[in-house]
Amino acid sequence: MKKQYFLNANIIDTHNSLNEVGGLIIGDNGLVEAIGKKVNKNNIPSREKVIDLKGKYIFPGIVDMRVFVGEPGYEYKENFRTLSNAALSGGVTSVVTMPNTDPIIDNVSIVDFLKRRGRDKSKINIFPTASLTKNLEGSNMTEFGLLQKKGIIAFTDGLKTIQNTRLMSRIMKSAYDLNSLILQHAEDLELSKDGMINDGIIATKLGLQGISDLAELVIIERDLTLLESIKCRYHISQISSAKSVNIIKEKKQKVKFTCGVSINNLSLNENDIGDFRTFLKLSPPLRTEEDRTSLVDGLNNKTIDVIVSDHKPEDEEQKRLTFAQAATGSSGIETLLSLSLELYHNGSVKLETIIQALTSNPAKILKINKGNLTIGNDADFCIVDINKPWIVKKEELISKSKNTSIENKKLQGKVTNTFVKGVELFKL
Amino acid sequence: MATKSNKAVKISQKHLLGIQDLSITDVNFILNEAKQFIKLNKSKNKKLDTLRGKTQINLFFEPSTRTQSSFELAGKRLGADVMSMNIVNSAIKKGETLIDTAMTLNAMHPDLIVIRHQDSGACNLLSQKVNCSVINAGDGRREHPTQALLDALTIIEKKEKIQGLRIAICGDILHSRVARSNIYLLNMLGAEVNIISPTNLMPEDIEKFGVNKFSDMKKGLKDCDIVMMLRLQNERMTSSFLSSNREYYEYYGLTPDKLTYAKDDALIMHPGPMNRGIEIDTNLADDINRSVIREQVELGVAVRMACLKIFCK
Repeated sequence: MKKQYFLNANIIDTHNSLNEVGGLIIGDNGLVEAIGKKVNKNNIPSREKVIDLKGKYIFPGIVDMRVFVGEPGYEYKENFRTLSNAALSGGVTSVVTMPNTDPIIDNVSIVDFLKRRGRDKSKINIFPTASLTKNLEGSNMTEFGLLQKKGIIAFTDGLKTIQNTRLMSRIMKSAYDLNSLILQHAEDLELSKDGMINDGIIATKLGLQGISDLAELVIIERDLTLLESIKCRYHISQISSAKSVNIIKEKKQKVKFTCGVSINNLSLNENDIGDFRTFLKLSPPLRTEEDRTSLVDGLNNKTIDVIVSDHKPEDEEQKRLTFAQAATGSSGIETLLSLSLELYHNGSVKLETIIQALTSNPAKILKINKGNLTIGNDADFCIVDINKPWIVKKEELISKSKNTSIENKKLQGKVTNTFVKGVELFKL
Repeated sequence: MATKSNKAVKISQKHLLGIQDLSITDVNFILNEAKQFIKLNKSKNKKLDTLRGKTQINLFFEPSTRTQSSFELAGKRLGADVMSMNIVNSAIKKGETLIDTAMTLNAMHPDLIVIRHQDSGACNLLSQKVNCSVINAGDGRREHPTQALLDALTIIEKKEKIQGLRIAICGDILHSRVARSNIYLLNMLGAEVNIISPTNLMPEDIEKFGVNKFSDMKKGLKDCDIVMMLRLQNERMTSSFLSSNREYYEYYGLTPDKLTYAKDDALIMHPGPMNRGIEIDTNLADDINRSVIREQVELGVAVRMACLKIFCK
């Protein structure tokens, strides 16, 4: 690999508190050699080819903490190759994959397969999770220690929540002993049973079973109460309501934990469901505009640490059904950054806060050396024209599944190039 | 009320999916048209040729006696060729999706599809996929527009107006499409609507539709002109909403005692089928001075004839 020189970029690296105009030098080993304002024309040999980015932005590669991949078992929805390509087009270079595949990632032998497939077929960094309980049944915990040794980064039941409080406390104790990270999807499954969208006027109007925000709140309160006594690594995957933001803000004064939010809940509300748009059947559901603005506030005041895509590819057949029958979830990895930038463009959130929630914060929670451009680290980064207008077109999406929640939405800001270990793997 | 002649008026919608989509002009247009059919339905020769050569398909995914037979009869009286799909023996039981069924039926070039489905929004989905008009005969818990229209017509026939009346809708509101359609329609026509239901069966934010809500039946019935009882939908109850039917009857069943809180000339309505002794006292249901349940069924045919005629393009 030849050395690469980039100049005149707006560089934001929140891990290193870097926010300045400068350059980036990638060594022939694919690592960051130099970065920042001190990198300029004068200290680059004149014979070298230099790329002038003319004010475009350089961000560390995004670390997406919540991604569903269909491999193994649902390759027709998404495989590692299609996921990689979709991710790269959105500036995502590291993903945390959910364990609810077929078979479920709940034992050591399947992890070997997963790592192998991830390595052979994926161009991005794959950080697989395993389930908290065997077969996602919520009764017997998996082998956190052994799974971790095989490379499992965290434990989650994905779309399910540990309902049994005794089991949850035991899981937390084990996680404490083994220094394991728990990613909890917070939902009281009895309270939300058969629910499809937020419980409120839209649910009443459309005649759809509602999901109360209390279903999320009771699990958060329960877990954080346990956490006060059992201090393990604990992260709430996504929150969706003002009530959740309030309790988390309060509890963060006392206990150490982190939480995330889906870009869907930050950008959309229940009104967007309109006339039964099944692509907006999400978990947690889109809630009211007040809930959405609370989440934005929560991001601004650091109550919320991470933004995720909650990328859940579903084939069209699973969405061309009545709302009750349609699958839950939307594809979103390739629009994660652009949709997040909407919050910057409309003045709701500072750019650094967004980048922090997409790069250095998730990396810190996961304890991985990603999401930064520290000298000597892998040069995983993206180049972004943050003003470039574009429209989300279903047929132009790279992901194998086209179930985007924001079809035909006009966005501002697009990734033009993405690099992993110094190699350009995506170019607009 | 609108003028007698409907000739100059046109309906604003292609499909009849819900009261929510209709304007007050549309509603009056349909009700006026329906009035013309009331007399016809009582006469000896009930057959017209208004829809001769037209094909109407009834697609009922949920069991139904009165609505399905009412639509079938309405179509036949207007001279349409009416086909009622038997879902039990159809490809749907073999796993065909609603959209595929719709495409199949669409290829047979019907002029009208009447659909009842257990999922809210099913008729909306269907209407996006077929060329003909779709009439909603009840979708999940969302809407049942022809029921609301026939209820309105019944009230108008008996009370000569709706404007200014106080109307109580009582029972399982949460699972009721009849309640929702009636709330929209009666509000639109100027009634004051009281919703009476145990909190477990009250939908979230219902008051935002401009109704008064009560969990105390006696308070809710106070000075009402109309008492509309709803069926307790046991088939839609997935977990314990109520302790028992007898307790429900005690607190929310319509009894002669509770009826005294309403106006002396208050009328009793029920969309049927009734659970006698659960939501309504059996003698009250049959009291010809108070109950208009039989008239509702009768006028149902007239309203459906009007809807079929108007929406058949």
